[in-house]
Order: sequence, then structure tokens, then C-alpha cells
Amino acid sequence: MPYIPHTREDTRAMLERIGVQSLDDLFSDIPAAMRPQSFALPAGLSEYETMRRMEEMAGRNSSGLISFLGGGVYDHVVPAAVDALSSRGEFYTAYTPYQPEASQGTLQAVFEYQTAVCRLLDMEVANASVYDGGSALFEAAMMCARATRAGRVIVDECVNPLYRAMLATLSANVDVEIVTVAHLDGQSDLKALKAALDDKSAAVLVQNPGFFGAIHDFSELFAAAHARKAKGVLLVNPVMQSVLKTPGVMRADVAVAEGQSLGMYLSFGGPYLGMMACSKDMVRQMPGRIVGRTEDLDGKTGYVLTLQAREQHIRRSKATSNICSNQALCALRCVMHLALLGPAGLTRAAELSMLRAREAATALTAIKGVELFCSAPYGYEFALRLPKDAGLVAQKLLEKKIVAGLPVGRWHKDLDKVLLLACTEKTRSEDIKTLALALSEVLA
Amino acid sequence: MQTIFAQSVPGRLGVVPKETEKKAGDMLPAGLLRSAAPALPELSELDVVRHYSRLSRLNYGVDSNFYPLGSCTMKYNPKFTESAAALREFAGSHPLLPQLEGGEAHSAGNLEALWLTENLLAEITGMKAFTLQPMAGAQGELTGILLIAAYHRARGNKKSRIICPDSAHGTNPASAALAGYEVVNIESKDGLIDPAALAEVLDDSVAGLMMTCPNTLGLFEKNLPEIVRLLRRVDALLYYDGANFNACMGRLRVGDVGFDVVHVNLHKTMATPHGGGGPGAGPVGVSERLLPFLPGPRVVRGQDGAFSLDYNLPQSIGRVAPFYGNFAVCLRALAYILRCGGEGLSRASDYAVLNANYIRARLHGQLEIPYDRLCMHEFVCSASPLGEWGVHALDIAKALLDKGFHAPTIYFPLIVKECLMIEPTETESKETLDAFCDALLLIIEKARKDPQSLRDAPLTLPVRRLDETRAARSMVLTEDLG
Repeated sequence: MPYIPHTREDTRAMLERIGVQSLDDLFSDIPAAMRPQSFALPAGLSEYETMRRMEEMAGRNSSGLISFLGGGVYDHVVPAAVDALSSRGEFYTAYTPYQPEASQGTLQAVFEYQTAVCRLLDMEVANASVYDGGSALFEAAMMCARATRAGRVIVDECVNPLYRAMLATLSANVDVEIVTVAHLDGQSDLKALKAALDDKSAAVLVQNPGFFGAIHDFSELFAAAHARKAKGVLLVNPVMQSVLKTPGVMRADVAVAEGQSLGMYLSFGGPYLGMMACSKDMVRQMPGRIVGRTEDLDGKTGYVLTLQAREQHIRRSKATSNICSNQALCALRCVMHLALLGPAGLTRAAELSMLRAREAATALTAIKGVELFCSAPYGYEFALRLPKDAGLVAQKLLEKKIVAGLPVGRWHKDLDKVLLLACTEKTRSEDIKTLALALSEVLA
Repeated sequence: MQTIFAQSVPGRLGVVPKETEKKAGDMLPAGLLRSAAPALPELSELDVVRHYSRLSRLNYGVDSNFYPLGSCTMKYNPKFTESAAALREFAGSHPLLPQLEGGEAHSAGNLEALWLTENLLAEITGMKAFTLQPMAGAQGELTGILLIAAYHRARGNKKSRIICPDSAHGTNPASAALAGYEVVNIESKDGLIDPAALAEVLDDSVAGLMMTCPNTLGLFEKNLPEIVRLLRRVDALLYYDGANFNACMGRLRVGDVGFDVVHVNLHKTMATPHGGGGPGAGPVGVSERLLPFLPGPRVVRGQDGAFSLDYNLPQSIGRVAPFYGNFAVCLRALAYILRCGGEGLSRASDYAVLNANYIRARLHGQLEIPYDRLCMHEFVCSASPLGEWGVHALDIAKALLDKGFHAPTIYFPLIVKECLMIEPTETESKETLDAFCDALLLIIEKARKDPQSLRDAPLTLPVRRLDETRAARSMVLTEDLG
């Protein structure tokens, strides 16, 4: 059997040592009536056959599509060194660093990750990560509810609808009321958001750039929240954060991000990386693992999991969250990615992507009836208003192996003509030309 | 070792995309920009490669060391599953593509992989259907409890409490609390859930019971049929925490014996790597009566064999993940399941149980084993008797590290004093188990003769014992800008 090293002789000697006759005897605690009624699984395959099977499956996905699909996850370049380093078995076959002396590699890497997150977002404290951007946003909302002892969470409609759906599911049974403030032509309605704040508000949740691509400065909104003793939570695109005004400067209390763009492949939705950072006064509300620096008996620098009194294995039902693990390997990939690119590389990735997006916007708005949906400045994702139903247009383009972007009508019924497009540094000028030509044909 | 930030040299470039003629300042208003680039490390590619190669050597992992961490199932992670997950058509695929009109056909391979994984897990556990959305075991628990809540809501049941035995993992009560339930703790009797204690707290307000089976003492919950009967009486559901499912494959299908909802930790039982603490995956399976409440969208296979996504799920609890869960983790698990087949999976459980019992037999009479009878895939011992020489479970753990073994789980479950929880898994050879037992027996001997040497351990690792109090007090959580 694969991965079981026992020879017949080993098994015999071990059973004898235990004092039983057979493997079956080891399971005598399970009453006969409880034995499986079926176990109709396929027969095992060789490694080669299994890979063939997996390759065949993978081959049933289309390849060679030209894609402008974003919507919160983006196809950025991942340096080969990220794969090479993160696939070292010493990293990926280890577990949560419960024994810090034997886990300094993981612990120091997570400490470096926390540092990188804080510097990127201008925040004081970061945790070792949670599952993804959506769970980070939910956990941020819960942090604010605990810190303020208030139950109303104001959510901008420009926050990714998939994350808003997650918020609704995850908060369904807790004492948190979600109030959604409608967008204004694809932009955050800052006035309405401010007006929604009251003394029952725990937090206001906003996203930069917003789901439709618009970039905002939320400084005033967060100041207004603070005046109501509420917290400000900002969800950001971490690549754009190399150039954009930071959550820290805007005085956000909690900053979160989907870290997929920093070293993770699209991988059909995961694993990704929930980045979370906050101000120092909220650190005890933070969920998940946190690594701290300390010294050993000889005064040598080392790293440990710290502030564990927040966590489920100590506090059980009173813990800040039920989260037990983090996305350590993804956090590791993230810090490797950031270290390989450095400030110059990350900035250039953002600028190159933005440049491509402008090239695309110019080419596409030159088509009759196509216009930018939002007048606000954007990064490398932007929304177009088409003269026809965006879902149907995207379907036609898909027949030509072009993924034109994300029709937002699934989440915003009144915006059925709006298409959201993303470019990255991988987008080529000829892809943009191909899209523009095909779109003009479809709309003609 | 210096951090990567301390090695930064201003102006040094790593892997950078080409420079653009236009800068951010040319494309966006100044008021929206940050004042200076983030202070990330400035290093060459080789600098970074060398740094993280060196850091990796400071870790123990399954690839380098025996890792008998109880309840964590640190089995070997087959290398080919990494290749399977890295296949370009999988790794490069965008999760929203099948959500476009006509997009499902372009993601057919992914949808097939999801569907097949769900169905294989359903057959392995005897559940009606699975969702792969939960991104970790704890999220699986939360999803499971939300499903239980949805079921009761739909039936008009007024329920406010979830029962967790005292041997449960801490995530159980934390997940139940996050789902809005009051948590009721019940005491174990003789290492098992006591039906009498259960009956005492059981009334119409109980929504369900969360059970780990075998439990964290490594014991099979023999009173299961009685527990199921008691719960059914008050329409309370039974949750199976799959943390210890590696003991059960081919021997117990939880769906056959009365469980309504189950999560399986793919990073344990299905051999996907633990990654230094994640990512894992915690798919959730349900019985018939919870089927309508599963998260959506769901992958379905049409009559023509084509796969599609079904959003028409009026009773669904919604989404617990943005997409379909940790897809690349599920791919590794799928590859593992296909490779092992039914027989390979049941053999995995058989040998996991054999290995645990072998260590238990070898330690018998040498170390206190509170429940010294046949165990499942893990068992607990207690270092209490060594207290006489001032030696604790922690000291044994550290001394094992010095001998090249990762330590067992210590001080858990909470109901055993000075607990050491040992789970060897099936992938370890008799020689490794013997070497571990020999090392442990030597350490026990040393506890009597030279206890100080154990309190001084470890001495051979990159650092000696670390001051955790200092870490919590000084709160140095990032490298200072200096």
C-alpha cells in the first residue's frame, strides 16, 4: 500500500508486542453493527496513473484564454524563487510552531511577514494571517464590535459583494447588524456613509480601490467614525498599496486585504491570504496567531507565538475567534514575494498594471457607446458601461476565447450593462487590441 | 539570524518588472498617493534565496523529523500531489470564470475535480453530500454549526445550546459560540462521554452535540448508539469533528451511525501539507436532512455529464468562502485519495492505529498511561509521576527535540494532567517508532538520575528555551524601522 512502510514481518512483530492477533482486533471497540454499510471507492492507482488522471482533468479547463477578469483576485507575476523557496519541505511539512525552538524558521518568517504587512499598510500590528480577504473583513468587523461594545456595522456597497455575502453568512447568528450604504454611480457615497454613523455603530467598512475601481481618501470618514466612538475598517488591494495613501495615514483602526496578489496563484479560489493589521490599542481583539520577538535563556534573539490568551485553545468559548491556524505557507510566500520585488518592484508592478489599464480604457472607450462607468480615479481595475447587457456581451466574447471581465449584474441588478475589467503587468498590448476589436464587433 | 529587513541595502534591486515611462504620480492625483514607498527589503534575488533557505533549516518538518504531534496527523505528504496542484491549467484558473454566462465549460476540469472530491468524501464518510468551501477545520466547525442552526430555524425549533465534552478541541466551543450558541460542557467518565451526564443537561434547548471520535484521548466513543438515541429524542443534531478521522477510514462511516454533519481535515487525514500552520481545508458533509442548507453555489453534474454551478438554493446558509474553498488543497487531497483507493485508505487507518498501539505497548509500565487499553490512532500519557523529580511534560518535550524528534502535543487534552498526546501516523516505520520509544525511555530514566539536564533542554537547537512572558510583555511584533 502506498506510503505505508511496514513489511509483513514488521506487522507481525508489532501485533505480537501489542498482544493481539490481527489488525481487525485493534478495532474491537467499534461494535459490529457500526461497521460501514458501503465503502465503494475506486481501486488505487500508481503515481503515474494518478498524475495522468489529474492532467486529463486539468486539460478539460480551457487554456490560452485572454483574460481581463479580476474582481478581487488578480493574475500577477510570481517570481520563480517564491515557488522554489516555499516548496522546501522544512517549511511546508511543518505545523503550527507549538515548539518554538524547533520552529524558528517559520516563526521568524511570520515575524517578517507581520513587519512587511505593517510597513505596506502603515499599521502598528499585524497578525500571522487568516484564511482570505473575506474572513479578514468579517474578523475585523467582530473586532470592532467587541472593542466598541456596539452592534451595528456599516458596510459600503463598494465592498466586494462576495465578501459582503460572507459577512452575512458568518454574522447570521451573532449580535451584529449589517447596514449597507448604497454606492453612488460606482463610488463610495461618503456623505451617506457619514450620515449612517450613529452611537450604535461599531464600525464602518470600506474598500480602496472600491469594487468598481474607484479610489478614495477615507480620512474624513474615519474621523467622523471616531467622533462617534466607532472604528474605521479599510479593505485594500495590497499591490496598489505600494502607491496609494495608506490605511494608517487615513487613520483606519483595522486594515485588511486579500493577499493573493502577493505571491499566490489564482488556483480557482484558494488557498489565498487574509492580511490583517490594526492599531496597537486593538491588538487584544485581534484573532489568530501573532508572533513576537523575545530572548532565550542565553539572551539570544528568538521568536514565539504570543498573546495566546486571546485564542481558542486557552479561552475556548470566550476566545476572540474560533480561528486555530493561519495561512502560514501563503504568508511565507507573501513575504518572499515582497522581499524579491522590494519597494521598487512592487511599485513597478502596480504602475505597469495601471498603465495597461489606461491603455485598455482608452482603446475600449473609443468604441461607440462604451464609456467609463465611474468618473473617479482608478488603479488597474475599472468599470465600463456598455450599450448592451454586459453578461451577454461577455458570453459572446468568451466564445472567441476572450474573458472580457466581470459583468456586475449578478450582484447589482440595476447595473446589468456594467463590466469590470482588470489588467496586470501580464496584460499585453496585443491582448488589449484583440479585446477592443472583438468588442467593437460584438457591439456593432 | 538577522531579519530580512536588517539585510536591506538602499538601491539594491531584486526581481523587478521593467520601469514604466509613466509613474503613479502621472496617473493619479497626488492627494490619493502615499508619501513614500513602503520600507520593504531591498535585496538581490540571491540574498532572498539564501535568507529563506537558511531560515528553513531552523525548522523541524515531517520531511526531516518524526513529528508525533497528537491530533494533528503529521503524516507524510506525497510529493506528486504538489505537482498535481501546480498543473498550470489548475493553478492559473480564475475562480469567477465559471460564474460568467458560458464560463462553466471553460472551467470543466476544475468543476469535475470539485465534484469528484465531494463525492469521494461522501462515500468515505457515508454522508449525503459535501461542501468544500470551509478553508480550515475550525471554519468547517463554524459552517457545521451554522447548518445546524439553519435546520432548527427551518423547523421552528427554539434552540440555544450546544454541548461539547470536556475532551473537545478548543475550537469546538469557540465555533459554537461564534455561531451564537451557549456552550454546555459535560464531563467525561472513564475517558468517554457519559450518557448519564448527557441526559442530565439534555432538554429541548439543545441544538446539538459536537463529538470528536475517537476522542482526544484516542478512545472510541463506545456509547455512541445511546448518545444518538438520546439526542434524537429532543431533535438535537450530532456533529462529527473529523480531527481524528485518520483512525476510521474503512472502519467507520459516520453517516451510517447517526451523525448529521461532519468536517474532515484534509491536511490531516488526506495527507495535504500543514504548511507551518496552514493552509488547510475543512470540507463539511451532511446527512439528508441538512442537505438544503449547504453553502452555495453547488457543483452539479447534468444528465449529459457536463458540470455546472447551481445558485438556486433558497435555504442555503450562503457563502463561507468567497469561492469554492482552498481548491489547491482539495486537489492534493483528491490526488491522494485516487492514488490510495479504498483499500489504501483503509490500510492507512489500520496502520495508524497499529503504530499508536505499538508505541503504547512499548511505553507500557515505563510512563503513566491513564487509559492503558487498546487505543485508536493516538493515545495520551502523563508525566505526573516525574513531578517527584521536578520534571514536567514540557521538559520531556524539549528533551525529545534535542534527540531529533518533534514533541508530542503537550498539556492537551486538559482533562489529563501533564499530558503528552502521541500520534505517530501510518507513514512511520517500525525503526522510527523504536528509535522514538528508545529516546523517550532514556529521557524518563534521566528524569530520575539527572533531572536538571531535562530542564536545561534543548541544547542542540538554534535557540534554547524562549522567554514567552517577555514576548507578551514587550510586544515586539514587528521589526523597527531603523
